[in-house]
Amino acid sequence: MTELPTRFHDWFAARGWHVHPHQQEMLDRADAASLLLIAPTGGGKTLAGFLPTLAELAEGGHQGLHTLYISPLKALAADIRRNLGTPIADMDLPVRVEDRTGDTSSHVKRRQRADPPHILLTTPESLALMLSYEDAPRIFAGLKRVIVDEIHALSESKRGDQLMLALARLQTLVPGLRRVGLSATVEDPEGIGRFLARHPDPCEIIHADPGPDPDISMLQTDEAPPWSGGGGKYAIPAVLDQVRRHRTTLIFHNTRAQAEIFFHELWLANEDALPIGIHHGSLAREQREKIEAAMVRGDLRAIVCTGSLDLGIDWGDVDLVIQIGAPKNVKRLVQRIGRANHRYNAPSKALLVPANRFEIVECVAALQAVRERDLDGDPRGPGPRDVLCQHILISAAAGPFDADDLYAEVTSAGAYAGLSRAAFDDCLDFVATGGYALRAYDRWQRLVQRDGQWQLRDPRASRRIRMNIGTIQDSDLLKVKMRGRGGAPLGEIEEGFAATLTPGDTFLMGGRVVRYESLREMTVEVTRRADKPPKIATFMGTKFATSTQLSQRILSMFRQDGWPELPGHTAEWLALQRDRSKLPEADRLLIESFPHDGREHTCVYGFAGRNAMQTLGLLLTARMEEMGLHPMGFVSTDYAVLIWGLDRLEDPAPLFQAENLRNAFETWLAGNAVMKRTFKASAVIAGLVDRTASPGQRKTGKQATFSADILYDTLRRYDPDHLMLQITREEALKGLVDFGRIEEMLARTSGRIDHVTLPRVTPLAAPLFLEAGRVPVEGAATERLLEEEAERLMETAGLDTLEPAPSRWRVPY
Amino acid sequence: MNGHAFEFAGTRLVAQGSGALWWPEQRLLCVSDLHLGKSERMARRGGAMLPPYEVRDTLARLERDIEAADPARVVCLGDSFDDVAAAGALEDAALDWIARLQAGRNWVWIVGNHDPAPVALGGALVETYEDGPLTFRHIAAPAAQGEVSGHYHPKAALSLRGRQVTRRCFLHDASRLIMPAYGTYTGGLRWTDPVFGELLPGPGRAILTGQRAHAVPLPRSVATG
Repeated sequence: MTELPTRFHDWFAARGWHVHPHQQEMLDRADAASLLLIAPTGGGKTLAGFLPTLAELAEGGHQGLHTLYISPLKALAADIRRNLGTPIADMDLPVRVEDRTGDTSSHVKRRQRADPPHILLTTPESLALMLSYEDAPRIFAGLKRVIVDEIHALSESKRGDQLMLALARLQTLVPGLRRVGLSATVEDPEGIGRFLARHPDPCEIIHADPGPDPDISMLQTDEAPPWSGGGGKYAIPAVLDQVRRHRTTLIFHNTRAQAEIFFHELWLANEDALPIGIHHGSLAREQREKIEAAMVRGDLRAIVCTGSLDLGIDWGDVDLVIQIGAPKNVKRLVQRIGRANHRYNAPSKALLVPANRFEIVECVAALQAVRERDLDGDPRGPGPRDVLCQHILISAAAGPFDADDLYAEVTSAGAYAGLSRAAFDDCLDFVATGGYALRAYDRWQRLVQRDGQWQLRDPRASRRIRMNIGTIQDSDLLKVKMRGRGGAPLGEIEEGFAATLTPGDTFLMGGRVVRYESLREMTVEVTRRADKPPKIATFMGTKFATSTQLSQRILSMFRQDGWPELPGHTAEWLALQRDRSKLPEADRLLIESFPHDGREHTCVYGFAGRNAMQTLGLLLTARMEEMGLHPMGFVSTDYAVLIWGLDRLEDPAPLFQAENLRNAFETWLAGNAVMKRTFKASAVIAGLVDRTASPGQRKTGKQATFSADILYDTLRRYDPDHLMLQITREEALKGLVDFGRIEEMLARTSGRIDHVTLPRVTPLAAPLFLEAGRVPVEGAATERLLEEEAERLMETAGLDTLEPAPSRWRVPY
Repeated sequence: MNGHAFEFAGTRLVAQGSGALWWPEQRLLCVSDLHLGKSERMARRGGAMLPPYEVRDTLARLERDIEAADPARVVCLGDSFDDVAAAGALEDAALDWIARLQAGRNWVWIVGNHDPAPVALGGALVETYEDGPLTFRHIAAPAAQGEVSGHYHPKAALSLRGRQVTRRCFLHDASRLIMPAYGTYTGGLRWTDPVFGELLPGPGRAILTGQRAHAVPLPRSVATG
């Protein structure tokens, strides 16, 4: 137990503050080996985390590092340093605080290793890097506490797995280390506790007062939402009206592309020229910082944003959060709502804007869940093995290690507690020898065993290991800047999108229409000349699937006799569906077949989330192709997949037999583009291929390294059981393929299929016809498209006439 | 085998979908930048330990091309080995395989920047090989005519109704032909790179590799870079 020194009480009193109960409790239980604080946004969480540290350091006398603070955001580390500076200066505490991130200069980093501050603020990647140095034991000697901020966010990604392996290492270096986690409201605090604590030790959990219920409702608009789509454009007048009536509004979108379009439309309608900005992860840092600074000064009335503002700096002035599009996930919605009204004990105010008719139902279901404090979330799976491979490399860079010791250390991280010795040894073998069926590298092993200790064969390899540390996926991005010397950087677009642009094309960037002029040294140069309708840039960024729990709520709403909680037009729509066909049920699978526009259509209401429904569409069309039903394409949403083709599906039952579906899945999966993308990400993390230099750093005239796709194909051909292919499969199943949700759908409906055959389109299926993202079913289509395009281009260029012979010519062997 | 036939320096050549060049008149098959032993070299230097299957994959493809065309002469246009030590480290099975491919044919190794020294394999080692109007060398020389070279590993990127397709490719204009890399583990240089604008200033053409070779005009943005 840590007593708060008198000068702290005086400091609080001088500011008219008092110590919150949860802050006092953090002090009382400061000796706990693991301590997790669950508090809503604005609950003084960070100060609660640091109070015990400041109290312990207040008397002076501590030498070296005392507390390590880890946050997912670099910006947050810098922000905390400023915030801690106030009490430390006011109370004249003998405490030195510094941050250390990718932005810290190398000479400061060197000095920090030689003479660490009392409190070091850093990120998971920078910590992993520090642990890769031989002098790590000296840097961390004397460390007492580690504070993991926003642990709920970190626990959802591989960055969290890497961090927990790093904490396991730290605990070996400093056995008395105490772990503290700070989390927003989550559905499973015990799960986060197991993630944080040293396995199998318990984690103490403190719940702060969750505060009053949020004031949350659906935005009333004069115009009804459209039948499909995701933009929320119809709501712009109502949104502007709300912005006018509040001090500061955050307008959240689910994707960056939607944020860009909405922002553009908003400005076209913004007759009062209200100061409104945009903020998302693909904008240049300079642009984002400008917006953040304007926000802090109170210069902005609204910010159109994405998940990039889910975490971070507290902005006290926000009094309204608007969520455009169904929230997909109740937990994230609650965390977003918390960003309004950071004053503790004031209710947060939020409005939901369904983007289309079906999302009205989803929004109402989400509102109910928020009111009942029923949060969703999937249990964490076991720790990924690509991250483990990187951790083994990091350990080797730090010095020789014993495999038994490392195995014991790794399994003390909650996520890896269930890791078998055999699975660990596979990873170690992969790191040491490549793990290939063909033992080719006996002379050139990366790790060799000397006197029972594993170590790098060539110590110079440690440099390459350090350069590749981290688990964040970089896609190939190109910088965008205004043309001319010293033109302002605007942000980044995907290389693939840039390749679709020709000079003169326009696109949206930071809410402005810009014109593509040229590609210069791998930087896209643009001007302001907006003389064409803009193309929509594609951004990497996750598209979230509607959570299982939210889907279940929607299905239970369908069981009601009537829907007084829904707007009239929506309730009538559902009633009409019930009248004409059926409404989907949780324990049955509704499938409708009907002709439309000369094609046979089949609609499957699987309610398994967009990723799984997309996978289901691919699998079903592949099976229908085999059955000779000539499917031509499909489109999927979070709740259904609509397939069209030449022949009517008479009996869907065989299609949905779990065994058939699983077999089709295995065949389909191996050759899928999703697998290649997943392989690339895992291969970088596991240290098989280097993190590529971003295209902007590539020198002209120099070839890029060959693509990871080639490695994937080579492994599949010659070494199909290789560890990297096993890891790829595990990761793909969890992520984009989401086959788990298809399994869940099959288990829940268990062969109970309602196949309804109708003469025409049903009310519930109708919006799917307007949905974007139709996927054509094709075989050799790429070759055919390529041929057409080549002919078209040659013709356009007038080159076809120069051709001495037909452009296709069979070689007469 | 689907190739694309075209006129170059008064000869009739066929760019194969595999990335090999076939000159029917001389029964000459040319491949460039095999980079055999790349995985061994990277591992030796403490780099990545790549799947050690690229030698057999590259040779298997070369064997298919040789079997289909039955060339009298095979020209390897330089960087056939990732370095001289990698050539020396080839397994016996690979050496035997190469010897089998060479049997009964005239085989020319052109030196590249990766493999400047002779290797203990059959065939002739030369800086350049001239045959009629064509000159074969590894790196394009200034003001050359009828030149076939490699080194740059060109690759094309096209957008097909929103789908991005990249392929290794041949690039040529009236005086120069630049070959795609043939080795399994070889990266590519975008056809829009300024270096190609300098080497191929005239109206040029790219021939994309793949199941079938397709010719498209070389985008002119290379000149403005």
